Amino acid sequence: MIDQGPQETEADKETGISSPTFEGVTPSPEFKEMPAVDGTDLPGSRIRLSAPIQLDCGVELGPITVAYQTYGTLNDDRSNAILVCHALTGDQFAADTHPITGKGGWWEMVIGPGKPIDTDRYFVICSNILGGCMGTTGPMEIGEGGDRPYGLNFPVITIGDMVRTQARLLDQLGIERLFAVVGGSMGGMQVLEWVARYPDRVFSALPIATSARHSAQNIAFHEVGRQAIMADPDWQGGSYYGTGRRPVRGLSVARMAAHITYLSEPALHRKFGRSLQDRAELTYGFDADFQVESYLRHQGYTFVDRFDANSYLYVTRAMDYFDLASAFDGVLANAFQGAGTRFCVLSFSSDWLFPTSESRDLVRALTSVAANVSSCEFQTDRGHDSFLLDVPEFHRVVAGFLDGAASAAGLR
Amino acid sequence: MAPHPLQGSAEMANASVPLDRMDGEPASAGNTPLRRDLRLIADLVTDGARVLDIGCGDGALLGYLTETKEADARGIELSQAGVKDCLGRGLSVVQGDAEKDLHLYPDHSFDYIILSQTIQAMLQPHDVLNEMLRIGRFGIVSFTNYAHWRARWHLLRGRMPRTAAAAEPWYASPNIRPCTLEDFELLCAELGVHVERRICLTRHGQVSRLASRKWFDNVLSEQALFVLSRRADAGAGA
Repeated sequence: MIDQGPQETEADKETGISSPTFEGVTPSPEFKEMPAVDGTDLPGSRIRLSAPIQLDCGVELGPITVAYQTYGTLNDDRSNAILVCHALTGDQFAADTHPITGKGGWWEMVIGPGKPIDTDRYFVICSNILGGCMGTTGPMEIGEGGDRPYGLNFPVITIGDMVRTQARLLDQLGIERLFAVVGGSMGGMQVLEWVARYPDRVFSALPIATSARHSAQNIAFHEVGRQAIMADPDWQGGSYYGTGRRPVRGLSVARMAAHITYLSEPALHRKFGRSLQDRAELTYGFDADFQVESYLRHQGYTFVDRFDANSYLYVTRAMDYFDLASAFDGVLANAFQGAGTRFCVLSFSSDWLFPTSESRDLVRALTSVAANVSSCEFQTDRGHDSFLLDVPEFHRVVAGFLDGAASAAGLR
Repeated sequence: MAPHPLQGSAEMANASVPLDRMDGEPASAGNTPLRRDLRLIADLVTDGARVLDIGCGDGALLGYLTETKEADARGIELSQAGVKDCLGRGLSVVQGDAEKDLHLYPDHSFDYIILSQTIQAMLQPHDVLNEMLRIGRFGIVSFTNYAHWRARWHLLRGRMPRTAAAAEPWYASPNIRPCTLEDFELLCAELGVHVERRICLTRHGQVSRLASRKWFDNVLSEQALFVLSRRADAGAGA
């Protein structure tokens, strides 16, 4: 839910849709070995957690490595830390240049000096999730004592496992209590999991464009993506590392399907309508006649440069398995019983992937346990990806919520 | 919601002289002076109380209670603009419809539930009152009194009342359930709700202490402010 395409301009950030600027013929994604398999050539910090982590699937995984970025300065009493949780295809490079794409961070509009998550004031940590492909242990990495990457031997992970890993990272960094946990989409799932699992470690929580459980429709879209990857002969049962081939076409199609769900019909119509791509009339063929096709293909084939197909399988699965209430007798409110955390639940009117109705369910559950909760739906036609785009009123509310929480926390 | 009495036309404002003053100058939260009727409500709230403001608008009262009374003050607001204003100021506000959402709150989870200039816009005011006193120890309700002499004068002339506090024409008024001070007390009696305090206000939001009998109050008060409780739960007064 992160990539906005390399040709993106500032204007694109307003519409949320990049302009396709390449020839409208079917691009064939070219093979490139994923860079930074062992993470050592990535910028930023890495930490090794030597004690294994007990995963929800029953397997013990470890030692594991976590790659993370920090912004700002941790204050003396370690009370100004904000954990930013990234979405499905995001990574730890939230507010600085991405080492592979060379583009700015996916949340550089939100994180930085004087920005809503003000790094003059807060210490921001963003780590690559467990199962990811940007330096944290995942299926493309070689496990301890192994001689080849995990591939499908990597255990199935959950949102809970991701959060457990983040908690271990914070233990290592000596941060006992977070001033805030913030995240959109799958990042929002992690925010909710954090409060449910570690209520005493989270002073405030900002789940954005998210849900306490992944819907049937969303699982269905993920399954389309996974099937596209697994149907690609280059996937090779997941053991494609070092073979000179990887499932770039399958992953590209998965991304195309998913990308549609991050937008909205009105936004697509506004940006593309039925406009043709670099041609005056229909070609009566299967080239990308329409701009929207060309745009999607572009989204697909640029994605494969920076993402691992197996990782995509694992992380989408983790989202599918997310149902916070299931560990609390099926009652979502129980997950938040007694939590003193301040919540701010935000959603966007045109988001049909994580619609406001799901945020409302969350707010209802929080209300029923007298939690301190705020909520707001922003009117925009830019769909799910709105949380990554320039939506000033959304940014104002993020800043205001954190500011109010900082006052309540006695944070200077 | 109904505009504040002070927003009435100059012509009407001159027609009524303040009868009494609650106290000194209007207080201010930050740099914005708090509306006088809201200040009256704020003065009823004890320090550090848990407060829910239903229909909290731009959060003027919530902000004041948070800063001045160190209250755990939260709000419900229907309008997106109001919610964004509140959240931008760091206040705790849920975007929602109180009539649909109040049932979600646990019993006795607040000390005060405030319903300022909102009850007459509710579809089921009696249900809202019941819910308020289930959730909170005290309910504070303010509304426009349609038995005020000026409203009566409008009716005598064959027109629907348009007072300074409810200046919209009948077809545009948010007050779909207009009532009088006496109607409201009757409803309270019917619901078994105890009236802890009744404060009558002039058009300027100032406390009227001239009248001591209900009949006069009903004629002379343009606004009414009630503190309500279910006696058994409430303990010693507000």
